[in-house]
Amino acid sequence: MPYLDANATQPLRPAARDAVLAAFAITGNPSSVHGAGRGARRILEDARETIAGCFGGRPGDLVFTSGGTEADALAIHALSAGRRLLASAIEHDAIRFAAGSAETVPVGRDGVVDLEALEARLGDGVASLVCLMLANNETGVIQPVEQAASICRRHGAVLHVDAVQAAGRMSVRLDRLGAHSLAISSHKLGGPAGMGALLLAPDAPFAAPLIGGGGQERGRRGGTQAVALVAGFAAAAEASQADDLAELGTLRDAAERAAVACGALVCGDPARRLPNTTCLALPGAAAGVQVIALDLEGVAVSAGSACSSGKVQASHVLRAMGLGALAGEAIRLSLPWNVTRADIDGFAAAYQRVAARLCPELASRDPGLVSRDPGLASRDPGLASRGTGFAGSVILSQGHDQIAVTPQSARLSG
Amino acid sequence: MTKLPSRPNRPVYLDNQATTRCDPRVVQAMLPFFSEEYGNPHSAEHVMGQRAEAAVEAARAQVAALAGADTREIVFTSGATEANNIAIKGAARFAAGMGDPRRRVITVATEHKCVLEAVADLAAEGFEPVVLPVRPDGLLDPLVLRAALSVPTLLVSIMAVNNETGVIQDIPALAAIAKQSGALFHSDLAQAFGKIPVDLAGWKVDLGSISGHKLYGPKGIGALFVRRRPRVRLAPLFSGGGQERGWRSGTLPTPLIVGLGEACRLAGAEMAPETERVDELRRGLLDRLQGKIPGIRVNGSFAARIVGNLNLTFPDAAASALMATLPDLCVSTGSACSSAAIEPSYVLRALGLSDAEAERTLRIGIGRFTSAADIDYAATALIAAHAACAAAAVEAQTPTTQSKA
Repeated sequence: MPYLDANATQPLRPAARDAVLAAFAITGNPSSVHGAGRGARRILEDARETIAGCFGGRPGDLVFTSGGTEADALAIHALSAGRRLLASAIEHDAIRFAAGSAETVPVGRDGVVDLEALEARLGDGVASLVCLMLANNETGVIQPVEQAASICRRHGAVLHVDAVQAAGRMSVRLDRLGAHSLAISSHKLGGPAGMGALLLAPDAPFAAPLIGGGGQERGRRGGTQAVALVAGFAAAAEASQADDLAELGTLRDAAERAAVACGALVCGDPARRLPNTTCLALPGAAAGVQVIALDLEGVAVSAGSACSSGKVQASHVLRAMGLGALAGEAIRLSLPWNVTRADIDGFAAAYQRVAARLCPELASRDPGLVSRDPGLASRDPGLASRGTGFAGSVILSQGHDQIAVTPQSARLSG
Repeated sequence: MTKLPSRPNRPVYLDNQATTRCDPRVVQAMLPFFSEEYGNPHSAEHVMGQRAEAAVEAARAQVAALAGADTREIVFTSGATEANNIAIKGAARFAAGMGDPRRRVITVATEHKCVLEAVADLAAEGFEPVVLPVRPDGLLDPLVLRAALSVPTLLVSIMAVNNETGVIQDIPALAAIAKQSGALFHSDLAQAFGKIPVDLAGWKVDLGSISGHKLYGPKGIGALFVRRRPRVRLAPLFSGGGQERGWRSGTLPTPLIVGLGEACRLAGAEMAPETERVDELRRGLLDRLQGKIPGIRVNGSFAARIVGNLNLTFPDAAASALMATLPDLCVSTGSACSSAAIEPSYVLRALGLSDAEAERTLRIGIGRFTSAADIDYAATALIAAHAACAAAAVEAQTPTTQSKA
């Protein structure tokens, strides 16, 4: 069955699986001084080096945590001492709850943070910790973190970046972004769940750990490190760098095209988006109903983020984008690293049946209305360009060229 | 040097209180969830998520069964350190936030570092940490606890089994004393769980911390028991996502949880025969060491002690020298967390050992995968190494004595 909910969790990559299993065969606490302990420590430190290298940081600045949520919480706990909190309106709940008192920095209708608003807020000179995610988990929209970092640094503010969804789907390098810290999750990039990291910039003002005791991780996170998970995390991070992101984008676009042909709208288009994610609103059809209908068709997708998927509330992300009723009518499609053309075909067929049942009036429209407009694809050559693996190029979406011609598009891009 | 007997395991791992080998059966149980069953257990809307959720809940029941708890009383964490932090800081902060005037938080000098640090951290928030001494046998005197409770107390945290000495505190009795005075009672069960019978429903324990990798499960997973009747309330350490009923956010690692569940099932099923077997191995090792090294001493109560532990002070050799002589024997000088530190163990100091004695002390942890041949090797090797180290020490001392004379 097509599994298209990678942003909830990814299948474990074979290299990660091998690394995890190999490490499970080894006994040893990495803090022990004897041979077994040193063996475990070697695995731990090799992995630390690999992961820090993948994400543009120094091994000594990488703090292993139990996952992305803890990494975000640790960043806010450790970096917020004496600072006001500012967070974009589309942050993950891990940030929204940890930074409960944060002032909100708005986003535009395309889901991109309003940098002018950020600059204006920082203009008062109050020491601040700013939280801005690199790519949104629901829409895949990539945020202008580099620009935000230079604004923050100009005003003496600290910037924490939640890169949980971006890692493995675009080039993510802390040194290039210029931020102070980066939260990464292992299972979102095809490593084992229960593992993540906070990568700190050399000048990050780390005050105190969230979980103390034991003195592990240079006193920044207590608890015996999960060596096997760390090994799997490193293997997954390394393997993700060889992913064909262009192909991923092509498959995503195909899925998007099929949905748009049925009357769906692409949220976050035409902003730059992750190549694996699309957020599809079907006007008039509740998101929960769509997800369950697709599940019955054997297709796994989600309505917003997995964490809150038990709850029946409209996405705060889409609401912040000003999408009104559509915020409760959007599903998230996120392609895993091992997605196949057959998965996409399966989705397309299932979506067609579901849309026809839920919104017959949309599906019965003249298909000519939603045909591609080649003129749009070239209106911004940068936007239409394709990334080439992990060499530093950002992967861009072509979704805009399908949606811009639908009558409803005005609701999204206006 | 004596010829060493052949041995199946190399190096011989006798540090089962630092960590244990992940049981191959546990690895086997985790495998499907590391491959085809990769759903996010919080993705309740689709079948992949539902299957992961079912596996998590089955494992939760296995953990609860070994703890003598209700399934809904088990909250998964990344390990015992996190569970201890949530229990101690969470209970104190929640009570204070509700306007509870009590500020005293009681713990014991021999607790794991993370408990001592969590309690110490609370001092900065206006709480009053009280650290109780133990008797020379490592046990807490109930009268000492009673005296400390004469001031209205919010929380008492006492570990069930010590990580260095293996000494078992009488948790049911201590918890009852704490409850009489109205305090919450937390116990760090990391070293006890799966080694001795635990009955959290029967004991008056409110909060209990569990670690996966101390009972042949994977590292990176643990649990916190949170009593439901009467309900214990906690402020979470971190939020976001709202998993585990808001007490502990973050995507649950399904394979690790399945592994922890299987580890608990195995521990429950095999505890009695395993205890007997490990006890026999330990007795064999101790008998041989005592026969050849007169003056060797066991620290802490021998009767109230898990069968896998020996904490031994050698008469004539530094622990670090013994370990350096025996690279094929994995033992330790104390808790793994602080074993890089040169400081002598604060646990042994609390038992009244001098720094010199603590420096001659080794912790030996026998476990499920220890064979009779391992014990044979360890005994022979330790006896030979001790003799060699003692001789070297005498040799090194002799000229000094002469020059002084």
